[in-house]
Amino acid sequence: MMPPQQSYALQLAAGGAGEHRALIITLFAVFVAATLGITVWAGRQTKGAEDFYAGGRQFSGFQNGLAISGDYMSAASFLGIAGAIALFGYDGFLYSIGFLVAWLVALLLVAEPLRNSGRFTMGDVLAYRMRQRPVRTAAGTSTIVVSIFYLLAQMAGAGALVTLLLGITSEAGKILVVVLVGIVMILYVTIGGMKGTTWVQMVKAVLLIAGTLLITFLVALKFHFNLSGLLGAAAENSGKGAAFLQPGLKYGATATSKIDFISLGLALVLGTAGLPHILIRFYTVPTAKAARTSVNWAIGIIGVFYLMTIALGFGAAALLKPEAITAANKAGNTAAPQLAEVIGGGAGSTGGAVLLAVISAVAFATILAVVAGLTLASSSSFAHDIYVNVLRKGQATEKEEVGAARWATVGIGAVAIVLGVFARGLNVAGLVALAFAVAASANLPTLLYSLFWKRFTTRGALWSIYGGLASSVLLVLFSPVVSGKETSMFPGADFDFFPLENPGLISIPLGFLLGWLGSLLSKEEPDAKKYAELEVRSLTGTGAH
Amino acid sequence: MSAAPTIDPGTHEPPDYLQVQSSAEFDELRRAHRSFAFPLTLGFILWYLVYVLLSSYAGGFMATKVAGRVNVAFVLGLGQFVTTFLIAWWYSRHAAARLDPKAEAIKSRLEADKPRLEADA
Repeated sequence: MMPPQQSYALQLAAGGAGEHRALIITLFAVFVAATLGITVWAGRQTKGAEDFYAGGRQFSGFQNGLAISGDYMSAASFLGIAGAIALFGYDGFLYSIGFLVAWLVALLLVAEPLRNSGRFTMGDVLAYRMRQRPVRTAAGTSTIVVSIFYLLAQMAGAGALVTLLLGITSEAGKILVVVLVGIVMILYVTIGGMKGTTWVQMVKAVLLIAGTLLITFLVALKFHFNLSGLLGAAAENSGKGAAFLQPGLKYGATATSKIDFISLGLALVLGTAGLPHILIRFYTVPTAKAARTSVNWAIGIIGVFYLMTIALGFGAAALLKPEAITAANKAGNTAAPQLAEVIGGGAGSTGGAVLLAVISAVAFATILAVVAGLTLASSSSFAHDIYVNVLRKGQATEKEEVGAARWATVGIGAVAIVLGVFARGLNVAGLVALAFAVAASANLPTLLYSLFWKRFTTRGALWSIYGGLASSVLLVLFSPVVSGKETSMFPGADFDFFPLENPGLISIPLGFLLGWLGSLLSKEEPDAKKYAELEVRSLTGTGAH
Repeated sequence: MSAAPTIDPGTHEPPDYLQVQSSAEFDELRRAHRSFAFPLTLGFILWYLVYVLLSSYAGGFMATKVAGRVNVAFVLGLGQFVTTFLIAWWYSRHAAARLDPKAEAIKSRLEADKPRLEADA
């Protein structure tokens, strides 16, 4: 027999956790019912385009900061980072630092000018002083590609999570969960628009922070608020000793993995400020000052959350046997819920069962809030950039535009469901890092050049967006993420010519270089008048919507 | 539906943005933003990259014990959190003191000239 602390995870995998399962499903159903109620309420107040895309621009800096945190802290950061720390110690913690530092790029360079000069999408700012149709097509394309990669990872993650937490192992069960997640997400966005989505993200952020605080407090209590004691216990229990508390267990294996880590770090730190679902959140507040306040709150909330993942990860390493973690999930994705059970009193105790159910329900809530934000970003860009400004040449009524956005939500939601169903057996963990790399390579250079470089032209924008997009996607296609390794998406195939898992080291400098080169080689002169308008408006807020 | 300001061309001329852009007042605002934000951005990205490179290539140094089981790697990692919080606070203080009043002055002057713009905001 196994010691009691190990048994539950295995029981879960075998599908024999009846009572706990009922509790998890009940809590989750309460969350879905409550958030759908909020969505219907928000939908009643959603009339025009400004309501649908930007929640009426009526949210306060604090509310938006909370919603940004809810949009940003995905299941990957909650379960993934806690699991990575539980298994690899210090190296798991490295991820979260890049995710946090990245917010300074958004704060210092992007949030305020974007809020001042755009209306609804990233494309509004990129196309401001360029030829509208080609640049909006490019901006829409990269928005949709980044969001779909991100979405796919979350949808496939939902399928995997349900196996782990509810013990549903049948393929039909997993498909059902992916379809249900997709339907709830489509309902949130079509009915509630940005207002509904923002409230869902705020509720989720509060639940996630509260759940994490509780576990952190219980872990701290157990180790008498002594960090050194917790680290020591984790190092001994992991069986790896001092190495567990130093960098190297995950990324330090080979010369290639070290370079890969640098590439990943670059993508993380430069990607955030180019993620469309994050950028559109800045339009939900009335002024640039409120946008600044919301980033400050987001930095505070996300920073404290990542600090708590130290307690979660090392707590799991100290209190669970490493084999118990890997037996439930090879990547350690259930370490946090497993820890919740042990810290609540262990398997079979009421406290353990309740805490496990709470943390599992929070993980589901996390997925729903993130997929809603992603769907909204891509359907907004499809409707506003591509349908209205490219296909209809700006000649659509507001009613037609909002209608198009709602239909785009249904379409993108359907695509996400289908992709999620097909991807459920694949290892898609690399896709989130890929979304960051594409955002950093295709979106950030164009955004920064547009806002700050006088000589930037339409050709520069197109080269930068398409060059950054194509290079990052192609490099990943030929990397070990897709083929050649046991952990690849297609382990059977073998076309991994590019050694790194993250393309950022090549594709980000390339995106910047192409934007510069394309502008220098343009035949057309940059539009000085339009740049003057953009610069004055972006720095002063004159005529902001 | 474009991002351009929707000023009614029949009744009001748009502000002469080229003139505003080349004014001394706007130049000061731009300089106050760029001279603060650009070097600081370069600084925190370099500091982050130094941390990443140390993690990859200076294992021995990172393993040096500081207090109990807490080593240099933890101190530097937590240091990244602290500098991120501090830079956010520092920038916000700078913006409130040096950027907001200048931006507000230019904005209110431009919008006082053009009532239509304000109505549109």
